[in-house]
Amino acid sequence: MTAVGLIFSNIHDNSVPELTRMRTIGSVPFGGRYRLIDFALSSMVNSGISKIGLVTHNNYQSLLDHLGNGKDWDLARRSGGIKLLPPFVTAFDNAGANKFYTSRLEALMGTVNFLNRCNEDYIVMSDCDVICNIDLNDVIERHAASGADITFVTKSTDLTGVSENEILTLIKSDENDNVTDIFEDHVSEDTQVYINIMVMKRQYLLNVVETAISRGHNSFLRDIIMKNIGKAAYKVYKYDGWYAHIGSLEGYFECSMKLLEADARERLFGIKNRPVLTKVRNSAPTRYCDGAKVTNSVVAEGCVIEGKVENSIIFRGVHVGKGAVVKNSILFQDSYVCPNAELNCVIADKNVMIKDGRVLSGHKTMPFYIGKKMSV
Amino acid sequence: MFKKKECVAMLLAGGQGSRLYALTTKTAKPAVSFGGKYRIIDFTLSNCINSGIDTVGVLTQYQPLVLNEYIGNGQPWDLDRIWGGVKILPPYQGQKSADWYKGTANAIYQNLAFINRYDTEYVLILSGDHIYKMDYAKMLEYHKAKGADCTIAVIDVPIEEASRFGIMSTNEDGSIYKFTEKPKNPDSTNASMGIYIFTREKLQKYLVEDEADPNSSNDFGKNIIPNMLAAGEKMFAYPFEGYWKDVGTINSLWEANMDLLGTDPVLDLNDPNFKIYSRNQSNGPQFIGENAKIVNSYVTDGCEIYGTVKNCVLGSGVKVMPGAYVKDCVLMGDTVIGSGATVNYSIIDTGVEIGAGAIVGVSKDKAKGITVLGEDIEVPNGTVIEDGAIISEL
Repeated sequence: MTAVGLIFSNIHDNSVPELTRMRTIGSVPFGGRYRLIDFALSSMVNSGISKIGLVTHNNYQSLLDHLGNGKDWDLARRSGGIKLLPPFVTAFDNAGANKFYTSRLEALMGTVNFLNRCNEDYIVMSDCDVICNIDLNDVIERHAASGADITFVTKSTDLTGVSENEILTLIKSDENDNVTDIFEDHVSEDTQVYINIMVMKRQYLLNVVETAISRGHNSFLRDIIMKNIGKAAYKVYKYDGWYAHIGSLEGYFECSMKLLEADARERLFGIKNRPVLTKVRNSAPTRYCDGAKVTNSVVAEGCVIEGKVENSIIFRGVHVGKGAVVKNSILFQDSYVCPNAELNCVIADKNVMIKDGRVLSGHKTMPFYIGKKMSV
Repeated sequence: MFKKKECVAMLLAGGQGSRLYALTTKTAKPAVSFGGKYRIIDFTLSNCINSGIDTVGVLTQYQPLVLNEYIGNGQPWDLDRIWGGVKILPPYQGQKSADWYKGTANAIYQNLAFINRYDTEYVLILSGDHIYKMDYAKMLEYHKAKGADCTIAVIDVPIEEASRFGIMSTNEDGSIYKFTEKPKNPDSTNASMGIYIFTREKLQKYLVEDEADPNSSNDFGKNIIPNMLAAGEKMFAYPFEGYWKDVGTINSLWEANMDLLGTDPVLDLNDPNFKIYSRNQSNGPQFIGENAKIVNSYVTDGCEIYGTVKNCVLGSGVKVMPGAYVKDCVLMGDTVIGSGATVNYSIIDTGVEIGAGAIVGVSKDKAKGITVLGEDIEVPNGTVIEDGAIISEL
């Protein structure tokens, strides 16, 4: 069974506006050394998928910078590898008209050429707001064996980062995993959350998109999927591994802090033969100096730690100066905390500079976010 | 398929490294771990690419498996090229004869065909067992400016240590008039770093002549350099300033690792303009636990620290369990230090498991020497391993 992957790098850009002002949701940093897209890419690569279409919309510079030629995911291939699928706007389109896609269905219409040229039997689609390490082979095999038209990957327990007031795509299924209902609502007890990964035959997708074009539909979920419940064969695949969903800045904070639990790290990073791959930065190991006091923290490489760090996530190349105290915070790549500064519940974006003696504090439910390259 | 290259590097990586004992029973010296995430050869390979040299022949002989696998297609160092790149050059069976590499000069002699394919003007000879950051392009400029036949990089060493090195005596313009290997009474402190640039024709001439001499030991230091000096060729010393260390002994390997530590380390590998590249292991980030204590140490991805770590260099995937105490150590990677175990003043190779409550070595100020544990050793719970012991199998 062969499969091609399709990743939507932008679809949830609205959910964390602070972090996606300058980047796609796919290039939002996570877990000290990763970007969200690493999880979707790694799951695919570890499941033997070596041709991956990447749908982009706008602001994708940071994404391109992260991916390079795909080497670090073993996706620099003669045949296959990463295929970028930016919006298809020709020179003859009216420059003023907004021809960029506005829905998943329109985005899919733009990928028809790519999908037609593939010869793989199946297609796995994934968004970038989901953090998990999933064996997609198992999903594809079960999908093929069940004879379903579409298999939706769902999760019903340990919903890290899902807040009660967030509207999500929910699925109800019967005892044979047949989908009985799909709708958008707040998460409740007898429903499963659709985690934005689905599998179907490539040809099935092409047919669906073709029909949608001819009928002028514009929502993949509402106009196609929901209307065909009961007619088409939809199945769920209940994923039981570690999962976190990024739906808001608070959600992002909560998901990140989960990594301080051994269980989360083991089920996300510790699975044998399923490493999470990311851009290789060739930083030196992290140097802890005399006077460093680090407890209960995730730390990436290339850092220099001279101060105190507690319950925090420290990304690559961060400097924590002498006498500085960093608590319950997330410091992105290359941020610099000067001596004697104090941080609590802060999310500092890339290249942030916190000057001498500054004291900043947010709250778990309202982390204090400092934008990229800001100086405090 | 071969483009002309101005300069090709030949990296001598065949040394057994017998003075590293248990650390080189299964690996060649250049493949020994250093500084947490690196191997010794990363430094020379990174120097090459940082100097714009993209064609590197690596001469291997002793225990090449790990080294060959590590170098692979050269991708981590950007040395996977259509024209050039890194090439492994093992001894081979020729039509008339088959020979191991008899000496450094013979190794290059046997691979003259490789050098000539690139129609190169200059040949840079390197050895794969030194830790240093150097821009060879500057040395090549110096070689060209001096119109030299051979340029040898030298470093100023303390006079009391000079008798351990090959010493160059130079005139004011940098030209060499005398070369003495390990002199008893050194008359200069210019020590050879084992880095040579030759103009290709001259190198070829002297290698061929040397090969014809049955009494020669086919060595650059013992034969080629003295022969060229005697013949009056233009030879210059290129003074290098900066960090350079031969890590051929247990003590020097330990010391070089310790040079990475401190608030202002002697050897800083975090320079974005001169990166040292290494093969990536795709580990998760490091995790420092609730009761961990970690000071003055160098820690790589994938480590989990729950105990106490002081003055240490930790390779990837090291686990220090709760209550364990590790001080003045180099842990090369994937090592587990069991709970309550104490490890002092030691070098521990990859994959070692130290059982709970075990005691390895004694504190540095009281120890007879550095304790060394070779690859994949399992130390049972509660075992005591004497200070200064060098163990390759338990």
